[in-house]
Order: sequence, then structure tokens, then C-alpha cells
Amino acid sequence: MANSLAGPLLRVENLVRSFGGIKATDNLSLDVIPGELHAIIGPNGAGKTTLISQLTGQLMPNSGSIRFAGRDVTWLPSYQRSRLGLARSFQITCLLPDFTAADNVALAAQAHDGHSFRFWGAARKERHLREAAHAALSRVGLAKRADVLVSELSHGEQRELELAVALATKPQLLLLDEPMAGLGVTESARMVALLKELRKEVTIVLVEHDMEAVFALADRITVLVYGRVIASGDPDAIRNNEEVKRAYLGEQHAVTRHG
Amino acid sequence: MKSPLNARNLIVALVALGLLLLPAYSAVTGNIFILTLFTRIVIFALAAASLNLIMGYGGMMSFGHAAYLGIGGYAVGILAYEGVGSGFIQWPVALIVSALYALVIGALSLRTRGVYFIMITLAFAQMAYYIASGLSRYGGDDGLTIYKRSDFGGIIDLSNRVQFYYLCLACLFGGVYLIWRIVNSRFGMVVQGVRSNEQRMQAIGFHANRYKLVCFVISGTICGLAGALLANNTDFISPATMYWTRSGDLMVMVILGGMGSLFGPVIGTIVFLVLEEVLSQFTEYWALIMGPLLLLIVLFARGGIMGVLGRFSRG
Repeated sequence: MANSLAGPLLRVENLVRSFGGIKATDNLSLDVIPGELHAIIGPNGAGKTTLISQLTGQLMPNSGSIRFAGRDVTWLPSYQRSRLGLARSFQITCLLPDFTAADNVALAAQAHDGHSFRFWGAARKERHLREAAHAALSRVGLAKRADVLVSELSHGEQRELELAVALATKPQLLLLDEPMAGLGVTESARMVALLKELRKEVTIVLVEHDMEAVFALADRITVLVYGRVIASGDPDAIRNNEEVKRAYLGEQHAVTRHG
Repeated sequence: MKSPLNARNLIVALVALGLLLLPAYSAVTGNIFILTLFTRIVIFALAAASLNLIMGYGGMMSFGHAAYLGIGGYAVGILAYEGVGSGFIQWPVALIVSALYALVIGALSLRTRGVYFIMITLAFAQMAYYIASGLSRYGGDDGLTIYKRSDFGGIIDLSNRVQFYYLCLACLFGGVYLIWRIVNSRFGMVVQGVRSNEQRMQAIGFHANRYKLVCFVISGTICGLAGALLANNTDFISPATMYWTRSGDLMVMVILGGMGSLFGPVIGTIVFLVLEEVLSQFTEYWALIMGPLLLLIVLFARGGIMGVLGRFSRG
């Protein structure tokens, strides 16, 4: 979904966040252009999740700025960013365990359908919420599991549900924090196929360890090391970047394998 | 969809029917005591049901719920003492003051989580207790006798035992119905979602605390109504009504019956107060029996009595 404003959909400038003496985000700048799938990679501890958490407002930066759709959102709480169209999926599955899959998605749709100070009508009987939930579940291939409790879904299904929940908020920008984490080979392949579909509709920032997936999907890749951007560019440029190769060392093989 | 005909619903229907027919039983057998006991039970069941709304559905462990019983009661008592006898004034005042108290306490307490929330709600209730003790004009520690029950202009006579019982029962059933509607509404879904995973609810766009606060106020207001009923029932109100052990009793009633089940607190209150009544006839150390019983429930029947019944109906 292209943004009406010219320029980047998301602009991060000079973001800093430290924990004690460690700079998890070190003067980081980043642009996300409308319509692209922008992958963020980096070795463990590079500060990827810290960055995502600052983008969504779970964590506040020490300094720097985040602009989303032309608005300064640096200090906005997460629920307000979600209302603006910034959705996230969590690295560690973060759902409502004692609700059904459909309820999880319906609540996300409800969150973006006016305020919820409605005390009388039965929410589970509201047609358009249920239909929105069903549509999002169908998108990720979970329609048949709609009435199953989240705690009874498989790990792979929970990852897909995470995505359905994010989609139901009708986001302009989808921040995906390792959607492939813990998935088997077939499940991963399904997730990649799914993301290939989604990227046609929504701008995506993808944090992912699975290099195969990243190079298959990304328009642009930003590489983080110790909270800093060491390289940013299209997959080919990143693949051939010496500094990136050095940073990855052991993982170098994974990067070059698909060259 | 679950079948409506199961052990749990059957018990609920039987208990509701029993409560409805109780005055008839009392009249036939001439047993006035049972009507008095159950008037008290029905009032506390309303208080427990209101606590269940925040504790069971909202995940807010308030350890200060008895404060609303006292506030509702003192609103009635003080107005009666000052010559305002009309229930049409006393009761709305009781509700409004309870709501305002809940708003202030909630706004401050809901900044905290877990144990701190429990402690801060307890602390505020104890403050209310000491403030009431300091009201020397209204009896201070000794409490305040209410010489005339709330006057509803001939519509209903609160001094008539049967009429008063049915008024309390109507409030209970009305309260439970209201809570049922709330729990299943959009608002209720949000509150339960926040109990389940607050971070997730924030991430999908809900300002969690705002919903929790409104839920907290609704709960306190309903409990304030129970307080107004209680003061009329005992013709007396004292700081002891809001002592922290009373808040503990309310929690026990909810847990015993089943947190987060609609009718659970009603069943829990009946079991708690009837046991207290029966056991205390045998020994003044009735709590020694009640304690282990509660332990067993918490250890082996997580969902309380309603949870156990639910398991039967599924099997």
C-alpha cells in the first residue's frame, strides 16, 4: 500500500539506545520506501529485536528520531503507532493463549474499528469482525483452525496466526521479527510463499536469520553489527560486500551459497 | 457450541430457582432465620460477583474490595443520619461515591502490576477504614446505627423481610446479567484480552490501562450497591465492614466458586457463608476447617466449584 506522501514510509535517524554500557542501537539511520520488502540481518546480538521494539514503541530510544508516514512517532506509545498502521509480529510468539485463533484476529480487527467502550452487544456475534477475522485467517491458511484455542495450535500455526493478527490491523507497514523462527523446512517454505504474496500489498520490514528466505524475498537488505548499520543495499550488493562477509565469518557460507 | 444442558448449567438453574423460592420455604416452615441468612448471602454474592469482574475477567487482584461495601453503606448511613431518608437520593449517592473512589484508586493503583497492585489496593482500603474510624460525628470506631431503612416512597418496603430479600435478589440477578453482557461485549473482550496478554493488546492498538480503569470503576460501583443493601440489611454501618479480612473473604468467595465464571461467585458465597454458619455452631475455630478446605480447592480444583462442575459436564 503506497503512501500518499513522497519519500520514505519510515525514516529512522541517529537512533541510540543503550543498556548499561552496551549500545544496542548505535546511531542508527534507516529508510524504508513504500512498497519494498526491507530485510534487516545481522549476527546474534546485533540489536535487531531492540530496533524493532523501538520502532513499535515497546521500547523508547535514548535519542534520535523515528518518522512514520511523515509523522514523528518517536515518543508515541505502541497502541497509538498501531492505530497509525504500524503492525508487528513477535519473535517469541505473543498471542492470547486462552482465546481461539479467530478471537485473536477479531480483537485485532476490533482495535481498528473505533473505540471499544461498547458494553452491551455480544462481540463474538458481530458479523463484520468475524468476517475480517476469517479473511485474515484464510490469507495465512488457518481458516480451518479458527475455533481452536491458541494454546492448542502447533508452533508453525502460531507463527502464521501472528501474521494474521498483524494483517487484521490493516497495516501500512508490517514489522516481522523472525517469522521463520523455529519453523521446519516445509513450514518455512510455506511462510516464504506467504510473504511473497503479502509483499505485493504491504510494505514489510523483515528481521530474519534464515538467509535463504532473506535473499529470496528482500528488495533491500540492511546489515547490523553491534547496533550499527555496516551496509545497506540490494541483495547482490550485500552478497558481495567485504565488510558483511567479514562480520558473518562462520555464517559467510550461508550468505554466499545463493550467489 | 456447548450444549446448554450440562451439570454446570443445571446446578446454576437449580440454585437460581432455590433462591427465588426461598421466601416461600421460609414462610411454610416458619424458619425466619434462613431468610435472614440468605439475604446476607445474596448481598455478599453481589459484592463477590463485582469482584469477579476485575479479578476473574480482568486479572486485577484487588485486595481492597470491601472498601466499596463500606462506602456504599456509609453513604446510606450518613444521609439517613442527616435526615435524608429517600432511597432515590441515598442509593445514587452510594453508587456515585463508590464510582469516584474507584476512579481515583484505580488511576493510581493501575500503574502497578502483580503483588504491588494487591498491596496498593489493600493500602487504600485500609486508609478508607481508618478514615471511617475517624468520623466521630458518625460513631467513629463504634459505627453508626441506621434507624430507618431507605425510603422508596411506598414502591417497596425495605423493612418487610420478604420484599427486601427480593430487592436484594433482583440486584444480584441484575448485576450478574449486567456482568454477563459486559464480559461478552467488545469492552469485555478487550479486558479479557489484556488479562491474557497485555503487551499483545497494546501492540494491536489497545490502550490497555484505560479499559482496565473503566472495568475497575464498574466493578466498584456494583459493589457500592451491595454496600447500600448491606447497610439496610444490618441497620448499621461501621468501619469493620471494610476491614481487610472482609476483602479477603470476598476473594475467597470468588476463588471458591470459580474465578472468571459468571455464576461462580454466587455459588462460592453460598458455600462460604453457609459453611461459616454451620461450622461456627460447632466450634468458634471454624476457620481451622475453612482454611484447609480452601487449600484443597486451590490445589486440586483450579477453576473452583464451577470448574469442577464444568469438568463433569464435559466428561
